[in-house]
Amino acid sequence: MSLLNLPLTGSEVRRDNPPDQPQASPRSRVLTIVDPMIQVKDVNLKYGAKQALFNVNLDIPGKKATAFIGPSGCGKTTLLRCFNRLNDLIDNVTITGSIRIGTQEISDPTLNVSELRKRVGMVFQKSNPFPKSIYDNVAYGPRIYGIRDSRLDEIVERSLQGAALWEEVKDRLHESGLGISGGQQQRLCIARALAVEPEVLLMDEPCSALDPISTGKIEELIHTLKNRYTIVIVTHNMQQAARVSDFTGFFLLGEMVEFDETTRIFTNPGDRRTEDYITGRFG
Amino acid sequence: MNRFWKSGDPFVWLTGGALALSLIMVAGLVYLVLANGLGFFWPSDILRLTLKDGTVLLGELADREKIPQPGAAPGTPDRYRIKLKVGNRDLYGADFAWVDEDTIAKREVPTDAVLIERREWGNLYGTIKEVRNGGQTVAQGPEAGWAGVRALLPEATRLYRETVRIEKDEIGGDNYAQERVQLRLRGLELRGIASGPEVERLQRELAQSQEKHKVHEAELAQLRQRQTATVLIAAAGDKEKELPLAQIVRIYQPNAMGTVTKTGFYFSKVWEFVSDDPRESNTEGGVFPAIFGTVMMVVIMSLVVTPLGVIAAFFLREYAKQGPFVSAVRIAVNNLAGVPSIVFGVFGVGFFIYFMGGSIDKLFFPEVLPTPTFGTGGILWASLTLALLTVPVVIVATEEGLAAIPGITREASLALGATKFETTWRVVLPAVMPSILTGLILAMARAAGEVAPLMITGVVKLAPSLPLDGLFPFLHLERKFMHLGFHIYDVGFQSPNVDAARPMVFTTALLLLLVVLLLNLTAIVIRNRLRKKFAGVSF
Repeated sequence: MSLLNLPLTGSEVRRDNPPDQPQASPRSRVLTIVDPMIQVKDVNLKYGAKQALFNVNLDIPGKKATAFIGPSGCGKTTLLRCFNRLNDLIDNVTITGSIRIGTQEISDPTLNVSELRKRVGMVFQKSNPFPKSIYDNVAYGPRIYGIRDSRLDEIVERSLQGAALWEEVKDRLHESGLGISGGQQQRLCIARALAVEPEVLLMDEPCSALDPISTGKIEELIHTLKNRYTIVIVTHNMQQAARVSDFTGFFLLGEMVEFDETTRIFTNPGDRRTEDYITGRFG
Repeated sequence: MNRFWKSGDPFVWLTGGALALSLIMVAGLVYLVLANGLGFFWPSDILRLTLKDGTVLLGELADREKIPQPGAAPGTPDRYRIKLKVGNRDLYGADFAWVDEDTIAKREVPTDAVLIERREWGNLYGTIKEVRNGGQTVAQGPEAGWAGVRALLPEATRLYRETVRIEKDEIGGDNYAQERVQLRLRGLELRGIASGPEVERLQRELAQSQEKHKVHEAELAQLRQRQTATVLIAAAGDKEKELPLAQIVRIYQPNAMGTVTKTGFYFSKVWEFVSDDPRESNTEGGVFPAIFGTVMMVVIMSLVVTPLGVIAAFFLREYAKQGPFVSAVRIAVNNLAGVPSIVFGVFGVGFFIYFMGGSIDKLFFPEVLPTPTFGTGGILWASLTLALLTVPVVIVATEEGLAAIPGITREASLALGATKFETTWRVVLPAVMPSILTGLILAMARAAGEVAPLMITGVVKLAPSLPLDGLFPFLHLERKFMHLGFHIYDVGFQSPNVDAARPMVFTTALLLLLVVLLLNLTAIVIRNRLRKKFAGVSF
């Protein structure tokens, strides 16, 4: 059982395009991320006989927001769920290759998965508060790690403030977490994830079930959160990816087609398929 | 017409009709039980009938029916006969008399007629002739006699209660203590210890306890001597009965009572019914031991069935790998709910009583053998049998609750770093609690109404003591107990005096319904509170 040892600083991004080498294919555009937070190398994933990810290679920088875009069924959520090993829950999944978070290889069978998930928080597509009070929802994680009363109040307040929900719920902390609006519920889930102080925050289409106003609030939140957390967000909404992320990866049929800075992906994609997708020609 | 069918209206009528029919049947059942059960305690008037041949009858009107006249010419006026509860079983031999209305010469409602509820032999109807105390006449005639009885009765009742208390608590306690000491002596003997300090100490204890017993016996004899007051009652048909006042449970003049007095009297009878011990082979008095036994059995059953069913359901739904085997287990569990209850009773006798009880006796109570302790029917075995009978209900309800909890709720917990166990314990279990309680409600309703398996696993017609009392170790799980459901059967169909006991059947049935209702309401209130706590989620 080994604990994670993660770097606390942000990553540095360097783009090397040696001018003397011809650009044979778009992939030769080399994007080097020094000291990445998440390193994905040659990852293949199969659900039984069906392969869902093909040879994915990817470096995700720390303290930045990275978006995964692509049509439904392209494997972006599957990859996201690899980062906190939530795919372990599904029978018949085989994963090969290496995923490192910080310096820790997370496919290591001796790894304490609970410890990993504490460091790598997740927000789901559909808001899923526990059927408990707002307070108990946020305090759930810290309680699991043995934190008791006096510090708990502080953590709950800080997390709810971090999720921009404190002002709206501070007077009804002990009411059910299911009694608030959908947008508030999703922010409650974010607060719950923040309460265990993760370093990486995975967001699986966090706004897909929300109205534009709630979506706006969450996007604003992502903007503030990315100064402190490494955020990986899966989204169907390309405008959203463009608005919130610093880097974007485009997935198609289980392959990662292109990964680059968001501005470049949306203004000057290197791959024909990316261009077709973001201009709406298919997908 | 075609459009009428397509409109769907007939289907609405059909479904509504089915519901209405069910409601009518339930309401009819409740009405029948209420109508027959509630009137039982109302003091009805005492009639004095003088027949044309000069016979005088005194009693309560119990029934009136048409006399069938086969072959009578049309237009013949109907003839009726009435059933009179004349009581005085020891004088007349029967409680009821049928009288043709044609033969009645005179009907009266005499205000001085008294009804005496006795501790033995049922009701006594008549008029007071004399009151005696210590062999001397204290009062004569109905009016003075009534006053005399009223004056002497409280003391007589107090003395009687004291006697019963000494008999039951003091002497019962002495006997119990002696029995325990003797059993310990026997236990030592079985281990080959026939002398020594331990044996001497126990023998001293035994001697002390016997000494105490003698003191109590003497007290009792003295008390009995002080109970000298009697009342002489003139019964209809020129018969007399001298009755010790200690034999009187209640004496009253229903014909002289107003509505208010009768109402007060009614409630005091109801209270006696729910709080007192039965008398006269269960046909009179109360049913408290049966209520107590029913509730206690249901509680023990709940304590066993809830953890068992919930844990089994958790394994089936949360841990077991879903596949043909688990499906087969699930089907088997569902089918278990349909097995006739007597089959469970037979299993209870074979497994719990003979095998488990027999083994416990051999291991822990060898000194009592061959008298069984746990190797015979008792409240523990009856509760366990019923727990087995109702466990499928709890499993099915819990499983359905578990299936209704969305997978992402579990994932949310796991994604926060909780282990599978922490998730189950802190998220899934609280969320499934209302479903567990639903299962428990169904199980309790089924268990409280079950009779057949109980008859062979520990229910008796009359239990001498409650399974919970003041004698160490207080909870006596090996004891036999009384049960309302069995009480109904016993009173209604096994009683020596079925006619007199019939109203009691309905009253007891009403009480059983109320007990089940109360148990269920308690669980429903708890469940609703849990639901309110998690408002907005539907389980």
